[in-house]
Amino acid sequence: MSQFPLISVMTFLPLLGVVLLFFVPKQSHSVHRMLAMLVTLATFAVSLPLLTGFQSNAEFQFVEKVPWIAAGPFQMNYQVGIDGISIWLVMLTTFIMPIAILSTWTAVEEKVKEYMICLLLLEVGMLGAFVSLDLFLFYIFWEVMLIPMYFIIGIWGGKNKIYAAVKFFIYTMVGSLLMLVALVTLYFKAGGGDFNLLRFYEVGLDPATQTWMFLAFALAFAIKVPMFPLHTWLPDAHTEAPTAGSVILAAVLLKMGTYGFVRFAMPLFPDATAKFTPLFAVLSVIGIIYAALVAMVQEDVKKLVAYSSVAHLGYVMLGVFALNQQGLSGGMLQMLNHGVSTGALFLIVGFIYERRHTRLITDFGGLAKQMPVFATIFMIVTLSSIGLPGTNGFVGEFLVLLGSFESELRWYAIIGTSGVILAAVYMLWMFQRVMFGELSNPKNQTLPDLNAREVALMLPLLVLIFYMGVYPTPFIDKMSPSLEKLIVHVKSRQTARAQIPQMPAPQALPAAMMPPVESK
Amino acid sequence: METIAIPAINFAPIMPEVILSIFGMALLLVNVFVPSEQKAYLGYLSLGGILLTAVSVLNGWNAPVSGFSGSVLQDNFAVFFKCIFLLSGGLTILISDHYFKREGCNVGELYPLLLFATVGMMLMASGTDLMTIFLGLEVLSVSLYILAGLNRASLKSNEAGLKYFLLGAFSTGFLLYGMALTYGATGTTRVIKIAEFIAQNGVVAQNPMFFIGMLLMAVGFSFKIAAAPFHMWTPDVYEGAPTPMTAFMSAGPKAAGFAAFMRVIIIAFPTLKADWSALLWILAVLTMTIGNLIALNQDNIKRMLAYSSIAHAGYALVGFTAGNAEGTAGILFYMLSYAFMNIGAFAIIVLVGKKGEENNNVSDYAGFATKHPVLALAMSVFLFSLAGMPPTAGFIGKFYLFSGAIKAGYIWLAIIGVLNSAASVYYYLRVMVYMYMKNPVEEFDWMKFSAPVTLCIVIAVVGVLVPGVMPAYLLELAQKAVLL
Repeated sequence: MSQFPLISVMTFLPLLGVVLLFFVPKQSHSVHRMLAMLVTLATFAVSLPLLTGFQSNAEFQFVEKVPWIAAGPFQMNYQVGIDGISIWLVMLTTFIMPIAILSTWTAVEEKVKEYMICLLLLEVGMLGAFVSLDLFLFYIFWEVMLIPMYFIIGIWGGKNKIYAAVKFFIYTMVGSLLMLVALVTLYFKAGGGDFNLLRFYEVGLDPATQTWMFLAFALAFAIKVPMFPLHTWLPDAHTEAPTAGSVILAAVLLKMGTYGFVRFAMPLFPDATAKFTPLFAVLSVIGIIYAALVAMVQEDVKKLVAYSSVAHLGYVMLGVFALNQQGLSGGMLQMLNHGVSTGALFLIVGFIYERRHTRLITDFGGLAKQMPVFATIFMIVTLSSIGLPGTNGFVGEFLVLLGSFESELRWYAIIGTSGVILAAVYMLWMFQRVMFGELSNPKNQTLPDLNAREVALMLPLLVLIFYMGVYPTPFIDKMSPSLEKLIVHVKSRQTARAQIPQMPAPQALPAAMMPPVESK
Repeated sequence: METIAIPAINFAPIMPEVILSIFGMALLLVNVFVPSEQKAYLGYLSLGGILLTAVSVLNGWNAPVSGFSGSVLQDNFAVFFKCIFLLSGGLTILISDHYFKREGCNVGELYPLLLFATVGMMLMASGTDLMTIFLGLEVLSVSLYILAGLNRASLKSNEAGLKYFLLGAFSTGFLLYGMALTYGATGTTRVIKIAEFIAQNGVVAQNPMFFIGMLLMAVGFSFKIAAAPFHMWTPDVYEGAPTPMTAFMSAGPKAAGFAAFMRVIIIAFPTLKADWSALLWILAVLTMTIGNLIALNQDNIKRMLAYSSIAHAGYALVGFTAGNAEGTAGILFYMLSYAFMNIGAFAIIVLVGKKGEENNNVSDYAGFATKHPVLALAMSVFLFSLAGMPPTAGFIGKFYLFSGAIKAGYIWLAIIGVLNSAASVYYYLRVMVYMYMKNPVEEFDWMKFSAPVTLCIVIAVVGVLVPGVMPAYLLELAQKAVLL
């Protein structure tokens, strides 16, 4: 392991960009764009050695630990590191940021400097939250993320931007403040010391305490995911946010919630996890079906994609709560897939919005004739979002459903599967209405196809869609030791597990259909 | 000839007060000879006085001295609070000249009065006798009554002064009556002797006179820190008073109220902790909730900040309720950060104001960020800090206050606190919504900058951000300053 503070350099590199941007005159828009682009690319470049140097084991790597605050009873450290769970989310973040910046090239003409500053600050917050191993540090980054996102939605958003921005901020804030109370309580229950997450893992709390602390953490994360019925901020935020905001929101910010469950809520409170698994499974499945049904009747393409996000995240949560190797790695993979596919979808919506300044499905039709390149790319992304075999979406969804089918959540998996069909319905129906049919609207008859920049920013996403769909092994290999450790950790600590009423237990399946069931 | 034996008086514990008083009195004289358009020089002089006093105060760090047969004690607790007062006084002086010159009521008495108010606050922080504390409180209050009504041409300012005076006199009556009853029950006004008396004669706790005394003192102090349900004066006084004075009142005297309140309650009644904690619990919840709920509905930014300052007193009371080292250190840290963020916010309000019409409505800030991006950024920093967002001092302060409550087992209090904090986000965000997300209605071309105001804002931004990222040093000082 190198002594070079790679993670810190990566995390705070965008901050350097912010400082530089302050010195660029207000009117030099192209300089702002180039600078932000270069900084995010550099951040991506710095994050690559993390991936190549990552050993496929369950340990935290590239760990840095510096004492930060020591006052009174508290001891906070600046402690960062990555393991198989966070490595891919970090990579996703650094990967998606240059794309998001590139997507704003012509979309944002006003206050470009401030926009880039917000995007870069957001990247610091997101990376920081993924790499923090100190709970206090995590909380700081988690909260800091809110501020730039609030401004991105509120300043550069659509018609209803203020409502969406304030709703986003307050929803998230309520959840995270309650988490803060639980976090401090956890600290005192652990007998002081520091806020080291790994130390908290070993604290054995009685199930009753776990229950409400889990609820506090879970509320914060469930709002962020967002899980039904806490999802209502998301369609507003997505619809109003500018393209880059939506892309980052979908690709990375929502993952904070699911990541929070995997990293914090579940391993910290194993008993409560067992207790609430049925509840979260129900909410996930409701999310899958409900969001799909709502998506089906949307008239606004962006809103439709936003609701599809809710459904996708439902799968992630189902897989995570299945708490077995397939389910968890499926859930983790689905997080990445969702980041890539839905990020791409929002970019696509951005393309047509930039051309037509409308997102209503009825305003389109027959675009495929006018914009063949666009049509092809849109098709691929749509299919990936549906989860067609050969694309990334399939692998994730399949593993999630397989994993949850094998766990206690079998019936949920069966119901959840119908969501796959619904997803195909609403996505393809939307695609059909937008892209096929008569090119009747005269305004659409002159639309230019994608330009080189737009193709260039979609290209990496398309490559990933196929790469992850055909050959997901490297992704799974890097994460599975950490996931395995997590599963063992949680299950071995579930003292009250026996008393929890079990869901309909999985019966014997034809052996050929399923891999060996692990022992409980 | 016989000489009268004068007992040796040790001035060391009140040296800072002496220095500042001398400056104040000298300024009163100097004022006569300074023409009204050059009153700024008085400001510089008084800043010099404050700096000199600060040096004297800082000398007392880790070197507690007691004097006047135990009625004043300059310990770390007092030193920390005195620094807060001097800071609020200094920052207020920086923004005063700009404001009063513009409003055309450039009265030089402003500066001596500010200094006297600061002397009063310092006396409150180091008073260890109920009488000393009362004296300090009166010196402070009388100065504040005048300061609130300083803008003679403005009806609102007059109203603020009169209202503050009437209600303040009333609350002082409560406080004094409480002190008298306590004296009657325990036979002493020395804070520490009261504790000794209670320790020796436990029965006193059953004495209704004693309990009423304690209760009335709590009422008097609650008025000073603007805790609900004794907060009614706050919005009107804050709105009507000249903006720099509002800034001062929200930061300094509130901290002074807490200093005296804490000294009396924690030192004199340690054995009755269960009783006063219960009382403070209710006070804290009421104060936070009422302050925040009403603030949600305010259109006037000064009124909004007034209600927010009520809410902030509530957060500080959360730490007080806990009564442990974290909570009390949290109060010290929070009061210091609050001085930075609140005076910073008021400094910007001063800048945005016009003569006569102060542009105090939140909607007047529409599009402010487009015209003055740096000022809007500074305002956002202050507002985020008030809302308790990291990485600002406001967050660290709240973290310590609520942690103290959690450690002491008041988890519900902490939950009510954070929920209040979440609600407060709405009205702080609202200002930012107008600044950043609405189109500008006005050009803000009347705004003039002056070096002192700019300096004040810069100091405040630094004071909010640096302890927000690197709070360890200040927290350590606060830890060393707590009474426990």
